[in-house]
Amino acid sequence: MKILVAVKRVIDYNVQIRVKEDGSGIVTDNVKMSTNPPDDNAIEEAVKIKEAGKAKEIVAITIGEEKAQETVRKALAVGADRGIHVKVDNVIEPLAVSKILKKIVEKENPDLVFMGKQAIDDDCNQTGQMLAALLNWPQATFASKIEVKDNVLEVTREIDEGLETIEVNVPAIVTCDLRLNEPRYASLPNIMKAKKKPIEQLNASDLGVDINPRIEQIKVEEPPKRKAGIKVASVEELVQKLKNEAKVI
Amino acid sequence: MSREVMEYDVVIVGGGPSGLSTAIKLKQLNPDINVCLLEKASEIGAHILSGNVFETRALDELIPNWKELDAPIKTKVTKEKFLFLGKQKSLSWPTWLLPKVQQNHNNYIISLANLCRWLAEKAEGLGVEIFPGFPASEVLYNDDGSVKGIATQDMGIDKEGNKKDTYEPGMELHAKVTVFAEGCRGHLGKELIKKFELDKGKNPQQYGIGFKEIWEIDEKNHTEGLVMHTAGWPLDNNTYGGSFMYHAENKQVFLGYVIGLDYQNPHLSPFDEFQRFKTHPDIKKIIEGGKRITYGARALIEGGIQSLPQMFMPGALLVGCDAGTLNMPKIKGSHTAMKSGMIAAETIYEHLTKNLNLSTYEQKFKESWVYKELHEARNVKPSFSWGLILGILFTGIDQILFRGKLPFTLKHKHADHEALKPADKMPKIDYPKPDNVITFDKTSSVYLTGTIHDDNQPVHLKLKDPDLPIKYTLEKFDEPAQRYCPAGVYEVQEVNSVQKFVINAQNCIHCKTCDIKEPSQNITWVTPEGGGGPKYGNM
Repeated sequence: MKILVAVKRVIDYNVQIRVKEDGSGIVTDNVKMSTNPPDDNAIEEAVKIKEAGKAKEIVAITIGEEKAQETVRKALAVGADRGIHVKVDNVIEPLAVSKILKKIVEKENPDLVFMGKQAIDDDCNQTGQMLAALLNWPQATFASKIEVKDNVLEVTREIDEGLETIEVNVPAIVTCDLRLNEPRYASLPNIMKAKKKPIEQLNASDLGVDINPRIEQIKVEEPPKRKAGIKVASVEELVQKLKNEAKVI
Repeated sequence: MSREVMEYDVVIVGGGPSGLSTAIKLKQLNPDINVCLLEKASEIGAHILSGNVFETRALDELIPNWKELDAPIKTKVTKEKFLFLGKQKSLSWPTWLLPKVQQNHNNYIISLANLCRWLAEKAEGLGVEIFPGFPASEVLYNDDGSVKGIATQDMGIDKEGNKKDTYEPGMELHAKVTVFAEGCRGHLGKELIKKFELDKGKNPQQYGIGFKEIWEIDEKNHTEGLVMHTAGWPLDNNTYGGSFMYHAENKQVFLGYVIGLDYQNPHLSPFDEFQRFKTHPDIKKIIEGGKRITYGARALIEGGIQSLPQMFMPGALLVGCDAGTLNMPKIKGSHTAMKSGMIAAETIYEHLTKNLNLSTYEQKFKESWVYKELHEARNVKPSFSWGLILGILFTGIDQILFRGKLPFTLKHKHADHEALKPADKMPKIDYPKPDNVITFDKTSSVYLTGTIHDDNQPVHLKLKDPDLPIKYTLEKFDEPAQRYCPAGVYEVQEVNSVQKFVINAQNCIHCKTCDIKEPSQNITWVTPEGGGGPKYGNM
């Protein structure tokens, strides 16, 4: 089996996001970037499947600017075999991403495509689903457990009501939840070895895909500041305030 | 599990200005020397914090065409101010009456973190292998006692010291020469200075703690290129310190405060002094209406050449502030750190090709302009042990009339941790509550640093005697760790009427102040798991 894993470079989850003063976006200059956290889970799961002898090759792919390659390098350091970097200069939307991924799937013929359930920068949660639709493949989203059984995957999904277990036929798309596993560290010897693994570079324009944005971003602003709480003297006062001031009961 | 080993010609510990300059210079001298550089931060620049008004002298020598290469050095200093602050009023000191070392008109206002990121790109372009996220946690020695290299930290150890499922052993990096460039109070540098007695016959090292906030301020209050320093309020005459305010590009000001760690009053809280300083009318009027966007703190070297240890030992060199090359009266250490790294690189090159002894580093250093400027600066800091007013008078005579050429050298008599007086002999200080507009508390400040450590790992702030804080330090000094730590790592909590010393190690912003100031030297800072600590942007 061959697994294609899509990884995205995003602002590190520990960094305080700052909105540009003119509201045209967020500040990304000299900000620490990392791999989108659930994408790390996707890579980890692929590596585990390979270690269990159920997959032969793992290919990591990223789409983004020159430095997005770092996320592929990291994937290579934790166990992916080779990488693909599709270069684009601007932010691209999930539809364009899934169209590019479709082209790569057609070229690489993987049996499974793994990715994070959503990216922590735009929180879209669309790419996996759109790719499944474009390829007409089954999809298992929000996976917190994956079992590989011959040509079927048994996937446990995190849903609002609890856990749902489904079976999907291979080939399939799986989007991964943070509960799926605990990603391993990239060790220094493996990072050194990963520098020698190949990364194929492609330009989005060479793939014949329309990546023009469909959405116009009008303004970015910070959420309103939370007001400080107050202490009430009695339950009566609380009920009264909830009724008359907060108007929630 | 045995550790993997890699051999390099040169291994450099630390990706600040000194380490990166060493790496670049080595590759310029001979591209075939293989150089590996380790950095404990998650990326180069993320643990760098500095004012910074940058003197380009060392960079002009290292990368003469830095302007064409688009170095992040853009804002030329256009105007300078020096204020003596009283509680409400201030006195402006004419710039022409400032000693030459404190004049900045050929310098630039920069973010040192961004300069380091740029230097790292240049280094990688020359073939230096840079590995961020890997702290060097251990020095390795050969049988003859010389330095063999370093080992990186094990990953995936839990609080109790057991291996987790994700355990990854550290790696040994062996080198012909290992360069320690950890910055002020590097924890391996400290071990080496002790082991090889590099500080024998030198004065005790002197330190300060520096705070920095970046503010985005109202356009009408912003003067790009303005450099302003203050002395005086809120510190008393016996406490060494002062502020800086640099008007950078994009309506930002870099606002900071430095306090000598030789302060005597255990009730003093450097963090709160900095916060209080911002309420002075002359400061408040500039930042009012603006927004604080980031915060950080870091210890710095103040000892100068009297305290500079021997910088070579068998198999290794110390560069930058791991030794202590900062020029205190100039309030600058980046150019001297870089130059010390470049001299180290030349020494290593000759050591590898002509088999010259590493001790030639000292000779070369003494012949360089760094030594000359540190020599001229040597008497300023110790003169302030007589208090602010006498210190200023002496500095005027020493720096303006004699240009640092007085025929004697003042000594630093005590180490900073010996300076504290008992709590009951010193006045308590009543700091105003933060208003969350101009002044803030530690929690909301640390939040801005993006600091994180996995909480299931061994505490990286080690107590030699775990009972000492409550049994002795609390009673005698009112446990000053609660106040000198700029990140609120240390707390004394009362649980069921029993007092407990709590270490919130996950908040640590790697400033090293506790390791320096703890009166019994009971706290030792060691490296946490790689990538931990702050994630500074353009600090």
